Amino acid sequence: MYRYNDFDTAFLAERNAQFRQQVERRIDGSLTEEEFRPLRLMNGLYLQLHAYMLRVAIPYGTLNSGQMRQLALIAEKFDKGYGHFTTRQNIQYNWPKLPDVPDILDALGEVQLHAIQTSGNTIRNVTADHFAGAAADEIADPRPVAELIRQWSTDHPEFQFLPRKFKFAVTGSPNDRAVTRAHDIGVRMVRNAAGEPGYEILVGGGLGRTPMIGKVIRDFLPPEDLLPYLEAIVSVYNVLGRRDNKYKARIKITVHENGLDTYRDRVEARFAEIKPLFSGVDQQMLREIEDHFAAPAFRNAPTDAYDAARDANPAFRAWSDTNLAEHKANGYAIVTVSLKKHGDTPGDATAEQMRVLADLGEKYSHDELRISHEQNAILPHVHKSDLPAVYAALREAGLATANVGLISDIIACPGMDYCALATARSIPVAQEIAQRFDDLKLEHDIGPLKLKISGCINACGHHHVGHIGILGLDRAGVENYQITLGGDGTETAEIGSRTGPGFAYDEITDAIERIVLAYLDLRESPEETFLMAYRRVGADPFKAALYPEDKGKSRAA
Amino acid sequence: MPRAFTPKVVTANALLEGDVVYLTADDRWTRQLSEAELLTDEAVAAERLLSAERRQAEIVGAYLVDMVAGDNGPEPTHFREGFRRTGPSNYHHGKQAEV
Repeated sequence: MYRYNDFDTAFLAERNAQFRQQVERRIDGSLTEEEFRPLRLMNGLYLQLHAYMLRVAIPYGTLNSGQMRQLALIAEKFDKGYGHFTTRQNIQYNWPKLPDVPDILDALGEVQLHAIQTSGNTIRNVTADHFAGAAADEIADPRPVAELIRQWSTDHPEFQFLPRKFKFAVTGSPNDRAVTRAHDIGVRMVRNAAGEPGYEILVGGGLGRTPMIGKVIRDFLPPEDLLPYLEAIVSVYNVLGRRDNKYKARIKITVHENGLDTYRDRVEARFAEIKPLFSGVDQQMLREIEDHFAAPAFRNAPTDAYDAARDANPAFRAWSDTNLAEHKANGYAIVTVSLKKHGDTPGDATAEQMRVLADLGEKYSHDELRISHEQNAILPHVHKSDLPAVYAALREAGLATANVGLISDIIACPGMDYCALATARSIPVAQEIAQRFDDLKLEHDIGPLKLKISGCINACGHHHVGHIGILGLDRAGVENYQITLGGDGTETAEIGSRTGPGFAYDEITDAIERIVLAYLDLRESPEETFLMAYRRVGADPFKAALYPEDKGKSRAA
Repeated sequence: MPRAFTPKVVTANALLEGDVVYLTADDRWTRQLSEAELLTDEAVAAERLLSAERRQAEIVGAYLVDMVAGDNGPEPTHFREGFRRTGPSNYHHGKQAEV
């Protein structure tokens, strides 16, 4: 894991001291809200429906146990005893009070965390594959590159007033778990035909009002060109991006309106200008960062205890079937800890649960934890012989829900229960759907199914790339939920298609159940997943199940 | 004929806590919607909003919101204001917990 040097520490302390003064000046009346707002947003502080909200970056989703304990302490001391993990691998505190925020930022600084650039029209927290450094299918650990981008983009003077926010994702695996194709810039670590490492660069992806899949702007970028090329992309966007219309200001629109070829030509021209300014110090820094991410010393030990526990305990077996992923080291597993207990708020963890996660990370996972964009926690490096003990401790803390990748493992944005932008609620919809499928005892039979819910068109809940997506809207003063089908956030990314008219708040769970029952009815075998079946049969059978009154007719969306 | 004026309440968030607050007839900021002043005259409502916006050291983001007269003071006409009145639906947090 990256550890701050003296420069980082001093930079953060100075920034926090500045913000402390800004808060004081707001409270004593020297700053108006209009003057203060951009300052608080630069430091991750929003004002939502019922309270302030502080969004803390968890760079590329990686945490150590000390950091997790500090997040727990902050939740208890300054908030209401819990935190909410988000689709950008951040944690949000929903109830901080303005006078406490400088103390919270100092507490974060003590463990090398911050809230800088978690808001505003800047380069936001860089996300990465949550299995980075652990996954069996990985070409290279994406986190050093993500950290390099974080350092380069933090307080980058050219990029503090971009036309709109800007999001990077990095993956080092061919199986894309970081949704790189739905980002402003996606970086995929690849190898060329000669076996040399480099990057595929995607540009202009995004969800929101105008969802688009990212396009390949360079299929193979040599490692030493990475930062100058990324800088060229953002620099062209900074000049070309539209500032006249907020809804057309993201780079996806800039690339779409200008055409990929024109955009690429301008990037190449800019790249030629700035490349000579990169003396190689960026590569030297990357080498130093890479040293921070050296793999832990994995041990070689028998895994009999794991096999015995699987045979003896059906609950443990069910959990290990859904919540474990293949690790690159022999005898190890990646544990996904579900923060989606049926009926609870997706992505929330209490301070007590955070401490349990920290303890388990320290004892069993080489002091490492991850937060996924799917709003779960990860213990990335657990030896299989330790899994029975890990499971027992998770169970004790209400964290052993065996549903990762299943229909109740729902991504949901905070929606109108917290968010000032929301047009409808998301959380209670997620709670009810998860509870329904738990009551039906069907979700293990249904198998892999990604359900994602957003409470407004901005799509923080990634509904466009859910196999089933739900979008909550305000239709004439009433909550209304539109359904999309067939979305996919992986390397085979696709934007889901709308089924037709939306459903009322008290109809949406039944509607989802009808879709899923239709799938169970028409799949060729249990091996044919929901997405495979959808791709085989198309939307019509699902529409027929959704809108039985229209059976046989095609219905305009 | 001008369109009928929908009654309004001046609302904002408290500067320090962020709580939803409403302006009362005697110029206090209350957390209870039932205590808010229901403004039935458009010109008066505009004037009340202006005076509220000047109180920058107490509140953030004042605006006028549609309400109807109920048995127990003003009642929201839109679900968003309903949630602002009570608090989130997933936890018993915020104002509903303090009542």
